[in-house]
Amino acid sequence: MFYRENGQFKTSYRADQQIFGITQDRVAVLLLVAAAFLVVPVITSEYMFRAILIPFVIMSLAALGVNILVGYCGQISLGSGAFMAVGAYAAFNFFVRVQGMPLLLALLLGGVCAAAFGILFGLPSLRVKGLYLAVATLAAQFFSDWMFLRIKWFTNDAPSGSVQVSDLQVFGIPIASPISKYLFCLTILVVMALGAKNLVRSAIGREWMAIRDMDVAAAVIGIRPMYAKLTAFAVSSFIIGVAGAMWGFVHLSAWEPAAFSVDISFKLLFMVIIGGMGSIMGSFFGAAFIVVLPIFLNQFLPFVGSLVGVEISTSGISHAELIIFGALIVWFLIVEPHGLAKLWSTGKQKLRLWPFPH
Amino acid sequence: MKVKHLALAALMAAVGASAFAQPKEQFFPGLPYRTGAYAPNGVPWANGYSDYLKLVNARGGINGVKIIYEECETGYATDRGVECYERLKGKHGGATVFQPLSTGITFALTEKAPVDKIPLITAGYGRSESQDGLVFKWNFPLVGTYWQAADVLVQAIAKKEGGFDKLKGKKLALVYHDSPYGKEPIALLQERAAMHGFSLQLLPVAHPGVEQKATWLQIRQARPDYVFLWGWGVMNSTALKEAQATGYPREKMYGVWWSGAEPDVKDVGEGAKGYNAVTMQHGAEPQSAVVKEILTKVHGKGQGTGPKEEVGQVLYMRGAISAMLAVEGVRTAQERFGKGKWVTGEQARWGYENLDLTQKKLDALGFAGVMRPVSTSCADHMGANWARIHTWDGKKWAFSSDWLQADDQVLKPLVKKTAAKYAADKKLSPRTPADCQS
Repeated sequence: MFYRENGQFKTSYRADQQIFGITQDRVAVLLLVAAAFLVVPVITSEYMFRAILIPFVIMSLAALGVNILVGYCGQISLGSGAFMAVGAYAAFNFFVRVQGMPLLLALLLGGVCAAAFGILFGLPSLRVKGLYLAVATLAAQFFSDWMFLRIKWFTNDAPSGSVQVSDLQVFGIPIASPISKYLFCLTILVVMALGAKNLVRSAIGREWMAIRDMDVAAAVIGIRPMYAKLTAFAVSSFIIGVAGAMWGFVHLSAWEPAAFSVDISFKLLFMVIIGGMGSIMGSFFGAAFIVVLPIFLNQFLPFVGSLVGVEISTSGISHAELIIFGALIVWFLIVEPHGLAKLWSTGKQKLRLWPFPH
Repeated sequence: MKVKHLALAALMAAVGASAFAQPKEQFFPGLPYRTGAYAPNGVPWANGYSDYLKLVNARGGINGVKIIYEECETGYATDRGVECYERLKGKHGGATVFQPLSTGITFALTEKAPVDKIPLITAGYGRSESQDGLVFKWNFPLVGTYWQAADVLVQAIAKKEGGFDKLKGKKLALVYHDSPYGKEPIALLQERAAMHGFSLQLLPVAHPGVEQKATWLQIRQARPDYVFLWGWGVMNSTALKEAQATGYPREKMYGVWWSGAEPDVKDVGEGAKGYNAVTMQHGAEPQSAVVKEILTKVHGKGQGTGPKEEVGQVLYMRGAISAMLAVEGVRTAQERFGKGKWVTGEQARWGYENLDLTQKKLDALGFAGVMRPVSTSCADHMGANWARIHTWDGKKWAFSSDWLQADDQVLKPLVKKTAAKYAADKKLSPRTPADCQS
């Protein structure tokens, strides 16, 4: 009843091509972003910031990057953890070795290094597809694990291979309190998400999707597969690299190569599959599902247990968390193979017609 | 889902706010790993930790102040550990001390502890250079570090060979878990290798350590005189099985204390006979007074955390001793800030820095014969550098050496150098004598 575009006429091409065609959508998203910037910092506790919101924001960004490669360009990648690691360690080296290097520039340079690394490991995509490519990108993961464990130069000769950063600031504002960290991450996320959304709506985005849908046909109509695939790798790795640098710098502040293990690669791929392939919105849903749900279950189960007067042991909770989480993944994939984003758009479609069924 | 979560968080915040007024009970958070690849070793540690805290309550608390204990499962994952830390640090009026039981989590929390003013105890693990309390104000690697362990191991083989001069030309291989934990001893072993002229071969094993065929092939080719094992969890038993398969004598293998407990050897049984490991003072202590007290006062009342048979095993004792050190630090702090009163994390830190556990106090606590006196200071956050070697006889661990002391001549310069580098990287200035008084 309320959610309907009746009477909203597009009178220019510009109006016709905007991101959110329906006024209600536009207002809702703007309100959501405004709330994330203005309301959330006021009402949220420190725990929510440090343990849930900051990881969620950073992982959303990483999932966004993976979605460009996997969801939009159709190149399955298991090297996302490696791209994050390259971003984090490159940013670390720029930050520590160059005197007076600003944080923002270090993060972006980390992203640039990750992009170069991504292009290098994207080269096999010109020859192999699908599962074979997934295996080939897995090599990136093992290579980065090896590189950061073995080559001491990358970790600034730390005896144990673990590195730490401190004294973070942007334009003289220290990034130390949870609120400042959250706002910093959120700003980067909003800017990058907007950029990514515009990128996938542009010519290059359509090229990626053409390659995803059928690469032979795309080549026949004049799309260069090499250019399209490698730009997808570069853009995606850039975003993932920046996310990785933020994960190390802002969230962990001290990390070891194991922080970017193959687990992270799998998690990111799951985020994209569960959230919805080829959907910017889906990246956020996926990240929320993978990052927030286990923590929620971990705290919610003892609460449920105490309601019925049962005290569940720590290991019991942890096992139950894994079981429920796994079952939910399977259930979601059966019920909605196109991910949570598809559920979202089905819901919107239904709302448009509500209260009439047709 | 999110709404529910927010509601839950709001509820928890409300509960937290009401408890904030005047905490009566001392809160000890726990970050164990009872699941995952390292659970076989993580579980007994956590049981010992929790049982000892229960025992303190059964004895009447810390001068009357009772203890609350709450766990949050980390699964040995750094990001989950950070989440748990954030979750627990403000509960019940504020956490007293954290014991992360993982080198990765220790590194991450080292950055957070000074901000939140909560001390970190890493009894026998963590960063070796954090022994330097002038740089690491909030870290306490009480009763041993990896460098100390490595140093004692070198001394032990020197003793076996008949003096340090006999080590010249010997070949030593370090089979280590490829993580910050496993890499910790390398700096010290290289120092010792240069001093005595033995060669050091580094053989990393990838997490979790079940694939070691290539490593042991290299050992078979190089035939080192001794193998040091710096493993954790399944990696240890795998290494011992591989040693058995390649025919490397177990008598020439020495493990760090993480590699010298019952779960590491019991699957191998007879095959591990003769295998040695360094102990940070204690071994398996089923006969000690504290174990008997736990059995009667905690397990006897049906409140024990784990299986009764495991009480007194090596890692169980490790957990109990870690808990004892945490509690005694609070007791020390109470002597200054008010007996029978709740102390903050900041006050507890003072307690850990001024810990003075004499043999008499230890005996009274039931640790007679288990450990030696511990005394910390502003400059030295370790407090004791004694260790023993114990050997697996196929059924149980038994001590096979006298007390050995790590050589401060070797350790101190290395600690100073590495801590200074950390301070320089972080742009920290070391603490002044005035700060030590506070």
